[in-house]
Amino acid sequence: MDIKVDESTCTGCSLCKNVCMYDAIEIINGKAVIDDNCVFCGACIDACKFNSIEITGLPDKHLDFSNYNGVMVFLETLDGAVLDVGYELATEGRKLASSLGVPLSGVLIGNKVKDNFLQAFEYGLDKIYCIDNPVFSNQLDDIYAKVLVQIIDKYKPEIFLAGATSFGRSLVPKVAAIIKTGLTADCTALAIDEEKKILLQTRPTFGGNVLATIVTKDARPQMATVRPHVMEKKKTAIAESEDQSAKIEFIDIDQSKFKTKYKLISTEKEAGENINITDYDVIVSGGRGIGGSDSFALLKELADLLGGVVGASRAAVDSNWISYPHQVGQTGKTVNPRVYIACGISGAIQHLAGMQTSDLVIAINKDPEAPIFKIANYGIVGDLFEVVPKLIRKIKMGRGLI
Amino acid sequence: MVDIKIIVCIKQVPGTTEIKINPETNTLVREGIETVINPFDTYAIEEGVRLKEKLAPLLSQTGEEIETIALTMGPPQSGEMLKEAIALGIDKAVLLSDRAFAGADTWATALTLAEAIKKFDDWKLIILGKQTLDGDTGQVGPELAQKLNIPFIGYASSILDINKNRMTIKRLMEDRYETFEIRLPAAISVGKDINIPRVPSLRGKLKAKNEAIPVWDKNYLNLDQSQIGLEGSYTQVIKISMPEHHYEVKMLEGSPDHQVDELYGKLKELNIV
Repeated sequence: MDIKVDESTCTGCSLCKNVCMYDAIEIINGKAVIDDNCVFCGACIDACKFNSIEITGLPDKHLDFSNYNGVMVFLETLDGAVLDVGYELATEGRKLASSLGVPLSGVLIGNKVKDNFLQAFEYGLDKIYCIDNPVFSNQLDDIYAKVLVQIIDKYKPEIFLAGATSFGRSLVPKVAAIIKTGLTADCTALAIDEEKKILLQTRPTFGGNVLATIVTKDARPQMATVRPHVMEKKKTAIAESEDQSAKIEFIDIDQSKFKTKYKLISTEKEAGENINITDYDVIVSGGRGIGGSDSFALLKELADLLGGVVGASRAAVDSNWISYPHQVGQTGKTVNPRVYIACGISGAIQHLAGMQTSDLVIAINKDPEAPIFKIANYGIVGDLFEVVPKLIRKIKMGRGLI
Repeated sequence: MVDIKIIVCIKQVPGTTEIKINPETNTLVREGIETVINPFDTYAIEEGVRLKEKLAPLLSQTGEEIETIALTMGPPQSGEMLKEAIALGIDKAVLLSDRAFAGADTWATALTLAEAIKKFDDWKLIILGKQTLDGDTGQVGPELAQKLNIPFIGYASSILDINKNRMTIKRLMEDRYETFEIRLPAAISVGKDINIPRVPSLRGKLKAKNEAIPVWDKNYLNLDQSQIGLEGSYTQVIKISMPEHHYEVKMLEGSPDHQVDELYGKLKELNIV
């Protein structure tokens, strides 16, 4: 296996060198030379206008996967309820299944979760496999992995999707490692290659600056975790005559075979504070310009009025003005709310990496040169301590609250 | 005789401090490349060093020793990054480097790391950063733990208690913290809330300078080409593209009252207020 430059067609134009993230290409005597820093990411192959670069010597295995059939989605539950991302996956899974002409199933695991199934069927599932058992009360990686491996092994879906939640990103790699198949993390777009009938998995890398499309060629199922709130959840019309209960299959398990190695001692939520900021449609974020922890009360007031939550830049978190779970950006959370209101945030590249896919960005900052204004939809150059209270007052007046 | 080993897995990644927005195309461009220790891995290093500092005096009462080891898979110059880890207080480092490792996905990376870790005896804890800056998957930790058949705790935000047989550890999930007691050996991944990394000491820097970093290749690890690198990977990148961000920025001008009126109007149009 090697990566080769065809010297007869290479013009030494440097296009490949410029896209290489690993500093692996030099132009020597007018030709591109790829050195050992190369990680075979393929960026140069796409960038080359002369088709001069190719990866050679990869064996084509031609494996037969005809016994794998259908799309399966993991309906993650927490405290007995299915998370939205499960329904987003079902909606997306429906499209993929229809495109392949195969059935779509869901896996519903948890304690006292079976009552969710009627609602789950509204998102286009043909079948639900349900395991409703107290051993699955908590999100414990090992026993969930064990039961998922059994289900995948039995029903052999060609595609398996789960949410890229904290649990999903910890659990599903375990499942993929046991099954011995490929897993693509944190996808933001999925499609079917019409000709090869394989799953095209697209995901952001390098803090959202590069999009990579990834395939799993030589193993099944093709597994992916999908970023929450990126795909749409949409109900499908169900004929009233259809008996939904016939489409659910309850799987009994031998409880004694699901012994966890994880002893959960306690679960705590931060009192009066919403830290699951990725779950909200509106995020009001504060940065260095906020000046101190007290001022976050002002942002919280605005967030509450908009049904949103408070976020923060790294500067604000590192100054101990607000706790880490609120941090948006490269070393914090990646969010994509409908509205992101950045208050006193200059917009360092690391912050932008975490929020630039928000539908609408509003920036309020004193400094007209702040980079945040380059990616905002609406910008206000001004003092946030003047602008935000006025906006709060305006909203309250609009609602007849004052 | 070292009785307890803590292994810290780290990665050298392209830094992003130089990424800027091209004013003409409004796309993000990189200017120059510098490589850095993956930011989350600096917390993994610090946690390893702190655990050793905490456990060493207790273990010495029974004549036992503890050692921290940094491990990375990467091109030859990743050795420099391992020296940085030593400067930060890590005892030893090993570089897994072979042209055949290149192009590895998370599966092949986890397999290679697992085979290297099996070369050590008495390892009790593996610490990783929760994800890397470049790949950003967070998958190597749980896949590695599975290959070694040990428990994995991701997003660890604090280690409340640890001895050589078990640990009490807190993890951060979307909306809550969960505290677990698990038996060692185990693997954990850490975020930035677990500690504040120190800067290298002068003594550490001197030690790092003189340290010879052993390099292990695929033959040393008894790995076949078909298991590692691009060939051993189940996933393959087939296309790379730069997302086109087209930002249309509208600055709201005028007095603060006017700016707020206009913003309120926009929010109203979009059914947000």
